[in-house]
Amino acid sequence: MQHVSPIREPLVTGGKTYHDITEDVCRQVEAKPNVRWAAALAVALVGLAIFIYSVYRTLWYGIGEWGLNKTVGWAWDITNFVWWVGIGHAGTLISAILLLFRQKWRTSINRAAEAMTIFAVICAAMFPVLHMGRPWLAYWVLPLPNTFGSLWVNFNSPLLWDVFAISTYFSVSLVFWYIGLIPDFATIRDRATGPIARRAYALLSFGWTGSAKHWSRYETVSLILAGLATPLVLSVHTIVSFDFATSVIPGWHTTIFPPYFVAGAIFSGFAMVLTLMIITRKVFYLEDYITLEHIESMNKVIILTGSIVGIAYTTEFFIAWYSGVEYEQYAFINRAFGPYWWAYWSMMTCNVITPQLFWFRKIRRSLTATFIISIFVNIGMWFERFVIIVTSLHRDYLPSSWAMFSPTIIDVGVYVGTIGLFFTLFLLFCKFFPVINMAEVKAILKSSSEVKHPKSAATMHATDKDLNSNTHHNE
Amino acid sequence: MNKKFILGIYDDEDVLLTAIENIRAGGTKIYDVFSPFPVHGIDDVLGIKRSRLPIVAFFAGLTGMSFALWMQIWMMGFDWPMIIGGKPHIALPSFIPVTFELTVLFSAFGMVITFFIVSKLKPSMKVNVFDKRSTDDKFVMAIEVKEGVTDVAALNDLLRSNGAIEVNEKEVVK
Repeated sequence: MQHVSPIREPLVTGGKTYHDITEDVCRQVEAKPNVRWAAALAVALVGLAIFIYSVYRTLWYGIGEWGLNKTVGWAWDITNFVWWVGIGHAGTLISAILLLFRQKWRTSINRAAEAMTIFAVICAAMFPVLHMGRPWLAYWVLPLPNTFGSLWVNFNSPLLWDVFAISTYFSVSLVFWYIGLIPDFATIRDRATGPIARRAYALLSFGWTGSAKHWSRYETVSLILAGLATPLVLSVHTIVSFDFATSVIPGWHTTIFPPYFVAGAIFSGFAMVLTLMIITRKVFYLEDYITLEHIESMNKVIILTGSIVGIAYTTEFFIAWYSGVEYEQYAFINRAFGPYWWAYWSMMTCNVITPQLFWFRKIRRSLTATFIISIFVNIGMWFERFVIIVTSLHRDYLPSSWAMFSPTIIDVGVYVGTIGLFFTLFLLFCKFFPVINMAEVKAILKSSSEVKHPKSAATMHATDKDLNSNTHHNE
Repeated sequence: MNKKFILGIYDDEDVLLTAIENIRAGGTKIYDVFSPFPVHGIDDVLGIKRSRLPIVAFFAGLTGMSFALWMQIWMMGFDWPMIIGGKPHIALPSFIPVTFELTVLFSAFGMVITFFIVSKLKPSMKVNVFDKRSTDDKFVMAIEVKEGVTDVAALNDLLRSNGAIEVNEKEVVK
């Protein structure tokens, strides 16, 4: 039986038992693919085909296929890179920072959010690699000896810091995600009936048995990984912002960039998590696990980070004026009232105004409104990066080199293509992997007995359970 | 050699915790307990010591940090010094990002790889699960049966009187 706290909303609704959780999550993995999933995958594969074609054009004819010119040397490619990396921040934030803050509601969304992180970082990595023009020489970014034909890499360059930051972030997120998956793979393995499924999940589960000793180590590893991933996730977008902040371009050369980028990344990441989770919970009937309480909590994060981003935009403008630097002032006037005014005002509307609607509880708890606003935020954050990158570059110190940028169809193709790639990966994940962390959700459920263990009540673990769990026993 | 185990199946973690305590207090040695999720407080009653993996993480991180600093100082300062932006060859502030990233990378991988090795977890087709329900919703307590020493019937009673919903025997081929 489940005792419902009078104060907190339950994290899992519907009076689920441990077995129900296993059934509800494994159902999708074990059942034949449903029509809606197959249709979605078909659409995603079209996107993937567009990606492959655009990449082929980019590689075969060179990056002249893109709309870049001598003045605007970075445009959609880097915009998309920063956009995807930003989206990739929510997963690790949810699984690491919220773990350290003991936010138990994270358990039902962390798996999908981490998957999203990994796929988003894969999409992000495509852009700098393609922008190299000769991606088969991409290993030159690594510190390899001179016999490869180059000197050592330049450790003073923020672009190199990015190489280390993104690859570390990707590897550590992948490991964190996989460690969490192992016990769930074991659950699927032990239920599997088909020979292929049984063998595949046996391999994936690393022979996990759920022994008490292993769980003890597992929890230690998760905690330490969370402790490591927390500064890591903050460092990644900080270092991405260094790509801009360490240069001398007006509008880029500012110290506000690292915190401003990190807040923006969390903002866009949560928006993407909401977009995906609202669909996933509906399609896979997970309404009891991803409840309105979850949506509301995420909306609160959105309003916080959205407001930080809004303050950052204002501060930038103020500092540009206050600095007395003519070029800096022009860069900002040009952003808001120059030829790219529409991008600037799209950014302002989507990022600063729309999330403020979440101050209303009704809107925070409305699925339709949340879905629409999350899309707005996704769009707004894309425009933010476009504004920062293109409007700063297209008119800098030398008016004779001023130029405009317009994307080619291949630019659009690569961007739309990565969205296809992202959804292809995400849909495959939804079908073959457990989308909810079963073990962690079971651990916060506490559904059955009225027995109270006398000794454990005195330990720290039990105290924390009583304080933080939404469900507890009738004494 | 084959090993024989008596398995006590429980369906509630609080009953399980009390049972572990009583059984251990009675002098019976518990081989292992399998659960679908980490049961809080089980370490204390089973007498599992705190994992030393954080120490591994610390030293792996220290290795990563030293390696990153050595690599950057040697490459930029000694092997092929170049003047970049009029800055010193060994410009420590600009070495911080890479040093930080490699510290985290080494620390995370060092700890996780150690975790896999000490827990003997590796991709393999062969799986030794005592009771398949232990990855779903049951808690399984395994007690090793020593031929001629263990009184199986008494053990059965002990487990049942401590709330086991089922008691099974299991032979494991080694």
